[in-house]
Amino acid sequence: MSDAITPPAGEPHAGLEPVSAHRTERFEKRLKARYAQEKRFKALGLAAISFSVVVLILLLGNMLYNGLGGFQRAELSVEIDFVQSGLQTPEAGATPAETMRSLDSQGLRTVVYGAAQESLGAEGAEQLNSEAWREVAGMIHTNPSILTRKEMLSLPASADLSAGYSGEGSAEMQALASELSAKDLLQRNFDVGFLQRSDATDPQLAGIWGALKGSVLTMIVTFVLAFPIGIMAALYLEEYAPKNRWTDFLEVSINNLAAVPSIIFGLLGLFFLMTAFPTLRSTPIIAGITLALMTMPVIVISGRNAIKAVPPSIRDGALAVGASPVQVVFHHVLPLAMPGMLTGTIIGMARALGETAPLILIGLRAFVATPPEGFTSAATVLPVQIFLWSDEIDRGFVERTSAAIIVLLIVLLLMNGLAIYLRNKFEKSW
Amino acid sequence: MVLGLALAGWLSARSRAWTLRAELSDTESGGRLASLPNYHGWYVGLWIFIPTVIFVFIWNSISPGLVLQSVLGSPAADGLPTLDSARLDALREARAVATGALASTTNPDALPMVAPFSDALSQYRWIGIVLTVIIAGAAGAYSYLQVKPEFGARTRVERVIMALLILASLVAVFSTFGILASLIFETFRFFEMVSPIDFLFGTFWSPDPMANPDNPDPTRYGAIPLFWGTILIGAIIAMIVAIPLGMMSAIYLTQYAHPKFRAWAKPALEILAGVPTVVYGYFAALTVAPMIRDAAMAVGIANASSESALAAGIVMGVMIIPFVSSMADDSIAAVPQAMRDGSLAMGATTSETIKLVLVPAALPGIVGGVMLAISRAIGETMIVVMAASTAANLSANPLDSMTTVTVQIVAMLTGEGSFDHPATLSAFALGFILFLVTLGLNFVALSVVKRYREAYE
Repeated sequence: MSDAITPPAGEPHAGLEPVSAHRTERFEKRLKARYAQEKRFKALGLAAISFSVVVLILLLGNMLYNGLGGFQRAELSVEIDFVQSGLQTPEAGATPAETMRSLDSQGLRTVVYGAAQESLGAEGAEQLNSEAWREVAGMIHTNPSILTRKEMLSLPASADLSAGYSGEGSAEMQALASELSAKDLLQRNFDVGFLQRSDATDPQLAGIWGALKGSVLTMIVTFVLAFPIGIMAALYLEEYAPKNRWTDFLEVSINNLAAVPSIIFGLLGLFFLMTAFPTLRSTPIIAGITLALMTMPVIVISGRNAIKAVPPSIRDGALAVGASPVQVVFHHVLPLAMPGMLTGTIIGMARALGETAPLILIGLRAFVATPPEGFTSAATVLPVQIFLWSDEIDRGFVERTSAAIIVLLIVLLLMNGLAIYLRNKFEKSW
Repeated sequence: MVLGLALAGWLSARSRAWTLRAELSDTESGGRLASLPNYHGWYVGLWIFIPTVIFVFIWNSISPGLVLQSVLGSPAADGLPTLDSARLDALREARAVATGALASTTNPDALPMVAPFSDALSQYRWIGIVLTVIIAGAAGAYSYLQVKPEFGARTRVERVIMALLILASLVAVFSTFGILASLIFETFRFFEMVSPIDFLFGTFWSPDPMANPDNPDPTRYGAIPLFWGTILIGAIIAMIVAIPLGMMSAIYLTQYAHPKFRAWAKPALEILAGVPTVVYGYFAALTVAPMIRDAAMAVGIANASSESALAAGIVMGVMIIPFVSSMADDSIAAVPQAMRDGSLAMGATTSETIKLVLVPAALPGIVGGVMLAISRAIGETMIVVMAASTAANLSANPLDSMTTVTVQIVAMLTGEGSFDHPATLSAFALGFILFLVTLGLNFVALSVVKRYREAYE
């Protein structure tokens, strides 16, 4: 196609007399202007694409730059001599909470704080995180044998000291941080706990497991509702529905529902919460139902396209050997259309997973410090957690927010990757 | 349990049908079943499942009332306080203890009620279980007796399947009506407190969730600044960014780009479309807004806000680029190849063909796409919640802080106000208007796109 418009190689007819009388000087000039315009237009297009790509890189780079710090935290090295502390080994079979209570009553806090004073000096011990003893209790619970020896532990620093270590916060904290790090007592470590803990008011102790679990529970509800209903609606509309006004109305309402702003679904969810289920506020089940209503039209639309792609000869063949219309669809059309439907479903679910606005309205913005236990316990979800953290001014939370965004983006990328993989693996050309 | 019963029915009917089939094929005439054994199984299973599920539903909704009645009829109920709220409290606590939701109660009124409550609960649970079994047995027996060679179980099962399919496709209609009904209901309640004229044409927006709800000040509910903010951010600034960039991206990718370039530029746009809005909002608030404020300061505009409409609008525009691009892509691809070839054959350059032939021919589709993009932008919430402000300003300066309809919906519903307060209800009125506007835009856009597609098919 492009051959038709590329000018002849090099300067057209450079140094030659115009071939025909039509190629006057004005003509040549105009032609040159037109080619220049062509080039400008093309460059403009390239610039437009580049802009999007640059913004994407900027966005991802920004998150990565800020977020890598969020996976780490400032930790103080404290040497604790458990032998001298006289702490008793917890009973076998005790729950983490029981172990913690028993160790607390045995004076674990004093032991940790005393050891910190010895290792770090009085000023440094002040900056040991006030909840650090809980982590020590957790370590003892998982590995009671450390009670029989001297152990070097990395324990979280306070938020102030952590800020000082990042070169922010008060001058004293910065000085203290540089002093401690010079002695190798303060360092940044990869923080596995970020993926295991829940929301907290202290960025040093905050984690995303609670939000992640809430997201998973919500997505399960969404999938269980939206997938079967969406598939069945798609099958009916594409295979059985008679062509009449009523079907047109169904189609229009599904298409419109797909384009309704998500916040409106939040209002709907809130209305039903207020009127019918006041006890379910902030729970994964109501969030899942709301998102299912939002996701269902997407599944219907993509499912219909997948069904349309199944050639009519398959249906005719099955009908010809005596299958009933229901058997044709459930034994032949549905299995063939399934990969396409799954692809659409995963994309719809990915969108639902990133959705924030409707969930804020139905009360998922509450501070939830423990991971949800089931579908009806208070929860938050990952995007809402990001929104909540983004409101915090603390520098530590800026990093945590970006880290949570990275986790969210990775999950979304995996989901979309799976969708693309399914599409490529099972796509058939008939 | 219901599932187990249904499964038992399914299995027994299926095996009965299998034996029938075996017997039939043994006979001289070599008769056959009208339906496959599986369908007989399904028939009986559904007969057991559907009535019992309906019964369990009804039972669960009426049994609490029955339990309460029997508890109130017991002698222990005489000791209950007469005050309504205290009485309800005591009953609720006693119930919680009886069901095991609470370990113990401190309420002295509730304590004597626990025993009658747990008695009544277990009594009615047993009644419920027995009734369920009876219903399942009756339905199962009735349907099981119908398992005969000439019985058309398949058509009946298929009828149920069709009903299910129709029901599923009705869900979309139900939710559309649910949205409409809930929004209209709450909007009416709001308009009883604040007149629609004050709401739609007032120019001052500052609802006070703490004010006396019985006597709201209608002059504080003028929504014009919100509508203006929404239009400026979503329909003007965002579109100034998204339309040219999205169009040019689509044109370049479809008309000029090398397939290799296209193979990685298109996924990049798709990733841009897949980024959650909360991430865009964070990006806008943390990176773009300060950048714009600093740039404004640098050129000597002192009062630039760090929550400017410009920052939110630009980021929203970036979010919409992939959407506009794919809509333009589709519309341009729908223009018949002959038109393009004809233009090129007449000696037009590619850019002239695009500008003078392809784009005008695809214009209806592109306009429809842009309308869909606008409806998306004005309904977008997280970017503006995080990057725009909550203060309503009626100003034409994009560097001022401005608020939108969606921001106010979130602000009103996440505040401390009760659900009967006009400030809270105003969110539903705003939502109703947003719904109507986006619905109108979508409706017109979809019909434009549809008619245009048909014109070229």
